Amino acid sequence: MDIHEYQAKKILSSFGVTIPRGGIVYSPENAENKAREIGGSKWVAKAQIHSGARGKAGGIIVCNSPLEVAQATDKLLGKKLVTNQTGPEGKIVNRIYIEEATDIEKELYLGLVFDRSSESIMIVASTEGGMSVEEISKEKPETIIRSKIEVAVGIQSFQARELAFGLGIEPALISRVSDTIIGCYKAFSELDATMVEVNPLVISKQKQILALDCKMSFDNNAMFRRSQVSELRDKTQEETKEVYASDRGLNYVSLDGNIGNIINGAGLAMASMDMIKLAGGSPANFLDVGGGATPEKIVKAFKLITMDEKVRVILVNIFAGINRCDWVAEGIVQALEKIEVKVPLVIRLAGTNVEKGNEILKKSKIKYIEAKTLEDAANKAVKALGK
Amino acid sequence: MAVIIDKNSKIIIQGFTGKMGTFHADEMIKYGSNVVGGVTPGKGGTKHLDRPVFNTVKAAVKETGATASILFVPPAFAADSAMEAADAGIKTCVAIVDGIPSHDMIKIKRYMRRYTKSGKMTLVGPNCAGIISPGKSMLGIMPGHIYKEGRVGIISRSGTLGYEAAQQLKNLNIGVSTSVGIGGDPINGSSFRDIIEKFETDEETDAILMIGEIGGPQEVAAGHFAKENMKKPVIAYIAGLTAPKGRVMGHAGAIVSAYGESAIEKVEILKECGITISKNPSVMGDTVKSVLDKN
Repeated sequence: MDIHEYQAKKILSSFGVTIPRGGIVYSPENAENKAREIGGSKWVAKAQIHSGARGKAGGIIVCNSPLEVAQATDKLLGKKLVTNQTGPEGKIVNRIYIEEATDIEKELYLGLVFDRSSESIMIVASTEGGMSVEEISKEKPETIIRSKIEVAVGIQSFQARELAFGLGIEPALISRVSDTIIGCYKAFSELDATMVEVNPLVISKQKQILALDCKMSFDNNAMFRRSQVSELRDKTQEETKEVYASDRGLNYVSLDGNIGNIINGAGLAMASMDMIKLAGGSPANFLDVGGGATPEKIVKAFKLITMDEKVRVILVNIFAGINRCDWVAEGIVQALEKIEVKVPLVIRLAGTNVEKGNEILKKSKIKYIEAKTLEDAANKAVKALGK
Repeated sequence: MAVIIDKNSKIIIQGFTGKMGTFHADEMIKYGSNVVGGVTPGKGGTKHLDRPVFNTVKAAVKETGATASILFVPPAFAADSAMEAADAGIKTCVAIVDGIPSHDMIKIKRYMRRYTKSGKMTLVGPNCAGIISPGKSMLGIMPGHIYKEGRVGIISRSGTLGYEAAQQLKNLNIGVSTSVGIGGDPINGSSFRDIIEKFETDEETDAILMIGEIGGPQEVAAGHFAKENMKKPVIAYIAGLTAPKGRVMGHAGAIVSAYGESAIEKVEILKECGITISKNPSVMGDTVKSVLDKN
């Protein structure tokens, strides 16, 4: 789960990371007052969307008066920002973060992620802040320093210090940079985060160490014990159909093709998408209804897929194990009694009681194309596009 | 004996009396697995499915001599249960449960470092289908009848894609020595490399089919291991050719976040390691057959 910049800043600041003064606003009037409250003579209005690279998309505006702050807020609110991370549909701006402007002397990069090879938390830092970590590793890989933290004992002061010295920080500022690193680590480990990124972490002309932009992502599996984090979810930043799916326990990712998929199991779903591609088609979605493929889940899946206007063919591929094909087939029949499907439907059942399952489908009033194997199903789905 | 489990492996069910535990314990018993009891804290001393229930794993091990366990406990308690099994001397533990936080998985793995290599429990999963040695024992939730007895070892992240492979092999009259589902989470108990290493020394296995997917370094690590240490042929399929970068594809671990983690990159690296690639998921069985025919 992702959260907004201002939410990440608030969290990190509670772990001892220093952030510029600022506040969240929802209207231009609000923004003008907030700028006065913050004080100073220069502000930044920052569109809050779940994406980086907002600056290039016009989502960050520097302002020289409270009036300009109000104007910038007016301009940004309600706008859809398209960045290189949002896809062509962009993301809606509903909240603006107003922040005092910072006189930047130096920009650094600081990121924390899980390292799946060593199964530890990895801290990545670079002197080249302001660029994405992908750009840094491509253009200035020699500036990247890493430190693996043993999670059983947590971060040690020397590790933070080594990173700070590695960044060439002047001695007087070492302890404050170390504290920032330690604060980020603690937020990561205590809140079940999967990613913390401060980019840039800046040294200001006044020699302050400030987290100028922050990003945090959290482990969805840990939300049962992180109610305060889960409350920060902003569904307006997620794709409508994906929100519908996740609220109903379906694993769904919207894609840009036109063959809709209903499949049980994440691996089989990915494999079926691959087969569609090899057959010359393009999947409209990834959808895993779960290994069990219960009738309730199948009904929900059909509702979801029929919501997608791009879909011109639906492919159902279920490998029934303990749940049995006859039971799955009954689920499909039930679903299609409730939901009208106007596009060709290809169904491939496999596994336990496959004959019985196909028998049930044949006896029903459903119009569908039967497929025997994965390959057969993909080929028939692509062929049905032409009809 | 088969790799990891065999006919005599004494199995206990952790979370025995719950709905999932009851259902799958019953399926395992019907398959012929030697289920000797189970654990549900607070229900010790009672009987369930004609077998004794214990309050702790230690008590269950002491009374039954169990060496294997399977977890059907909710995600919030799974880490605790796995560590309890390790501490009670269980040799093989399968965690079926989906939804364990990554931080908890790291905790389990650090906890298990206290044991010497010979005394350390093999943890398989979480978010997996478990282990089956056809005709011998099933420590998992798979449909046992789709597996024919034979000499191909299967390792798969995905449950249903593993079933698909077993079915394709059965249709070609090829059987399976053992199939291991290692699960779709970013951090898991046993990696591809851990399991292919076991298959290499398993007298009942002639070839290994590895079914991987996008995300993480494990398929590549197994490829390098195979290149340097293995004599038995390895066949691989990697799912997720069409998966977009940076999105989680159902499995928490199926996300491309670094170089070498996409399906195309993994396939290229595995080819360089001398592994035969099944070019699509519909020909996993055929690819294994062609390799077996050559050897």
